[in-house]
Amino acid sequence: MRARFPAVAVGVLGVALAAAACGSTGSSSTAANSTSVKAMWGSQNATRCAAAVNTKPDYPNTIGTIKGGATTLSGAGSTFAAPMYSQWSSAYDTASKVAVAYASIGSGGGVAAVQAGTVNFGDSDVGMTPAEIAASKGPVLQIPLLLGAVVPTYNLPGIAAGLKFTGPVLGEIFAGKIKTWNASALKKLNPGVNLPDEPIAVVHRSDGSGTTGIWTDYLTKTSPVWVSALGGPSQSSGKTVAWPVGIGGKGNEGVSAAIAQTKGSLGYLESDFAISEHLTYGQVQNKSGNFVEPCIATIVPAVDGVTFPSSLNVSLTDGSNANVYPVTGTTYALVYEHQTSKAIAAGLVNFFAWVLTAGQDQNVSLNYAPLGSALQALAYAQLKKITINGTPVA
Amino acid sequence: MTARPASPGAGNGRVLLQRRRRYGDTVFRAAMLTAAGLVVVVLAAMAVFLVTQSLPALRHYGPLSFLGSDRWAPSDATPAGTSPNPYGIVQFIYGTVLTSVIGLLIAVPMSVGIGLFITGIAPAWLRRPLSYVVDLLAAIPSVVFGFWGIFALIPALQPVVSFLTGTLGKIPVIGGVFAGPFFGLSYFTAGIILAIMVLPIVTALCREIFATTPADEKEAALALGMTRWEMLRTAVLPRSRAGIIGASILGLGRAFGETIAVTMVIGNNVLSITKSIFSTGATMASVIANEFTEATEPFHLDSLFVVAMWLLIISLIVNVAGKLAVRRIRGDLA
Amino acid sequence: MATSMLRRHPGQQQPGYSPSAARRTRDRVMTIVLAVVVAIAVAVLVWVLAYVAAQGFKYLSPAFFTHTPPGNPASYGGGYANGIVGSLIIVGIAALISVPVGIAAAVAIIEYGGRLAAAASFITDVLVGVPTIVTGAFIYALWVIHFGFSGLAGSIALALVMLPLVIRATAEMLRLVPVHLREASAALGVSRARTIVSVVLPTASSGIITGVFLAVARAMGETAPLLLTALGDQQFMQVHPTQRMSTLSLQIFTDAISGFQAAQARAWAGALTLIIIVSLFAISARLISRRATITRS
Repeated sequence: MRARFPAVAVGVLGVALAAAACGSTGSSSTAANSTSVKAMWGSQNATRCAAAVNTKPDYPNTIGTIKGGATTLSGAGSTFAAPMYSQWSSAYDTASKVAVAYASIGSGGGVAAVQAGTVNFGDSDVGMTPAEIAASKGPVLQIPLLLGAVVPTYNLPGIAAGLKFTGPVLGEIFAGKIKTWNASALKKLNPGVNLPDEPIAVVHRSDGSGTTGIWTDYLTKTSPVWVSALGGPSQSSGKTVAWPVGIGGKGNEGVSAAIAQTKGSLGYLESDFAISEHLTYGQVQNKSGNFVEPCIATIVPAVDGVTFPSSLNVSLTDGSNANVYPVTGTTYALVYEHQTSKAIAAGLVNFFAWVLTAGQDQNVSLNYAPLGSALQALAYAQLKKITINGTPVA
Repeated sequence: MTARPASPGAGNGRVLLQRRRRYGDTVFRAAMLTAAGLVVVVLAAMAVFLVTQSLPALRHYGPLSFLGSDRWAPSDATPAGTSPNPYGIVQFIYGTVLTSVIGLLIAVPMSVGIGLFITGIAPAWLRRPLSYVVDLLAAIPSVVFGFWGIFALIPALQPVVSFLTGTLGKIPVIGGVFAGPFFGLSYFTAGIILAIMVLPIVTALCREIFATTPADEKEAALALGMTRWEMLRTAVLPRSRAGIIGASILGLGRAFGETIAVTMVIGNNVLSITKSIFSTGATMASVIANEFTEATEPFHLDSLFVVAMWLLIISLIVNVAGKLAVRRIRGDLA
Repeated sequence: MATSMLRRHPGQQQPGYSPSAARRTRDRVMTIVLAVVVAIAVAVLVWVLAYVAAQGFKYLSPAFFTHTPPGNPASYGGGYANGIVGSLIIVGIAALISVPVGIAAAVAIIEYGGRLAAAASFITDVLVGVPTIVTGAFIYALWVIHFGFSGLAGSIALALVMLPLVIRATAEMLRLVPVHLREASAALGVSRARTIVSVVLPTASSGIITGVFLAVARAMGETAPLLLTALGDQQFMQVHPTQRMSTLSLQIFTDAISGFQAAQARAWAGALTLIIIVSLFAISARLISRRATITRS
């Protein structure tokens, strides 16, 4: 009688384990067709994407390692860049025994953490507005670290990758005006594809997101329907927008999960998330009228013809290059210009100097493009502005 | 009632020892009462801090404006604009109440049934193991329920909900409440998970309440020739009504506060109230969990504290009401 | 109990009278209905446990407990060593805070009484009902804003969650201690304080430990308050409470909602681990309470 409860508990656990031994139940519906992405694209795209890109730029580190840097650094922000940060901090830990802990909480969270001073550095894909910087503890440097693409990702069993979209059509879908997959606008863009008569499950971000910022920036530029549905250009673009429809996922990670688990879904993801989980994504028509696949070769031209202001904070979407993928962006590391701790300052300079030089060689392994030489030089120059007690660290 | 021991050392001349003992006693007593005071201070501090953090938003937009709008659109907020309030919270209250009510509608009848079975029908050797098994549900952490909900429950629900949207969803007038499409994440899914999480508490309380039925009343019913079910129905249930209501209210309070499992399965649609129970939505707890660490728009964080404040208020009201209702039945102190 | 009479068929008690067939059928039907309801509840429990076990065992291995997650969350391998260690540290500190304060408050409520103690008793019940996300928001405003995200902030939030549970369990136990023990001690000339510390508390100790174990089991499963206080450190092992730390629950949450199959696999193993740990605490609690129950004399 006394031992009854433990016996019962063990018994229930035992039954559970026995049931487990008979195999698991349930499965998440993942997108079909994980065949080579290249095979799905038209030959024109394949040529563009096969074009040689200087994947290992091998930038020289002229700053050198500053002594006395902290051995742990804490950062938080963009999920867009999170996979790259994971890899960078892993490699950096091996190279220099400094642990950089990065929390993937969204660009909004990164900006908030920087403003509150609860982290050593933040990260946001849309940088910080002057108002946000004014609300921080001092001037903030915005350092671009990579180039990446935001891709329309969908879950349609039996439909291959490479569905064609345009900005206006995407705007109407995300505004809730186009509700089913076999709508005429989509059928016109994709003749010969058997689009089902199913509702489109729109997936967007539930948190403050730089990926959202890049995506809505593009929709604002190309879709008047989107702008009017949201009530004007200031409301239709930003880290947070009032989504008229859809499921909210937390982080790129959550959006990727929602897409994988929901048949008929369409969301926007940073391309590495789609590629690493074998989700199908589509092409978007750029300003020159070409339907372009997102890949390293089509991301790099996004900076062509772009003038960078002194803050380096600028939009990279809807580029003018004929071969550019139009929904492209960068990510900005957010670092206070005037540091208060010598160890942290040195640690930050060392880390980001490494990221902007040796680290850039790793970008393509995770489907990000390295910074072009012009932009890299501008970013590197930002590091030299970091001061401690008035004197530059680098 | 608790009895307190008589004070020690009834005067016998060892004055010095008494004085030292009394001093030690005083210090000890003060320390214990300080701890008790700390408990009071904690709740007071919680209320104070939540209100102070919400004050900027309350002052800027006016306290009632939050309850007057169901549109939550932080991107609309500007530092100067005061009307309309972009942080309407009505849809979160709706979400919290809707998911909790769905949970209770499922859990309370089941709990009553389980309670009746355990106290009235099950043989004596089965009672304690059954109680423990149901209690085991309460030990499973919320995040595990949410995880299981996404991967096991939702696929199992798809056919059921497709059937419901196909039938109930077509009925005029109320069909909108049951309309598709159903993407898995929804108020309904959250309600089912809440039902599972609330079941152990309500069952345990129902068990206790049914067990307090005097044996002679039950025997009298049986002596009159009633079947066992009739005995339960006439001797046990009617007098337990108030207790069942109290238990339900306590379960409601528990459901209000549940955060993680709900956040994982409700879909995070914060814009406004969505009509169908099969559509995505948000609750007060889920919007706080999702947006708190990244609220950078003007008055965004302050408005989330307003949500937290209201969540605390309605949870406390419901919990205290439930406790009072149940205390009358159980007659215990704490 | 005199319920043995209840089990005999009602018809046997008054010879010559038995309920109609309709009533008997209804009785049987309702018995089956109630049994089915119980079966559903048990089935749901088994379903949850079986599913978690099935998914979790696919990935669980000794390496899971000794490794941290890989740098790239999309790659397989690694484990939740940092989360497990973090959970133990954060919950440990939370227990160090809440257990002494909780026992002391319960002593005040039961042994000393008075208005303050009565208020504390009422408020303890109120605190049990506070949503843990609100507790997290409170600690954010109180602590994190000034000192940053840290394991310590998480511990304080968890201590607030554990406190009312410890107080309630201790109070129940103290009330069960027979009055004559206290009276005997007083008659021997022992001071009030000494009586409580050396006589009452030890007598109630097993029950108090049970309550503490159950509170710890509850705290280990908490995620919501930690989202706003400890924030988590997915990649690295962190043992200093002044830094951001991960816990098992936070790691499961983060990986469960991510789209990475590899991360989800780790999360299942983590969920299984968490259930095992929580069950261990809960089962130990019951075992302890069984071993030494206070009987009224």
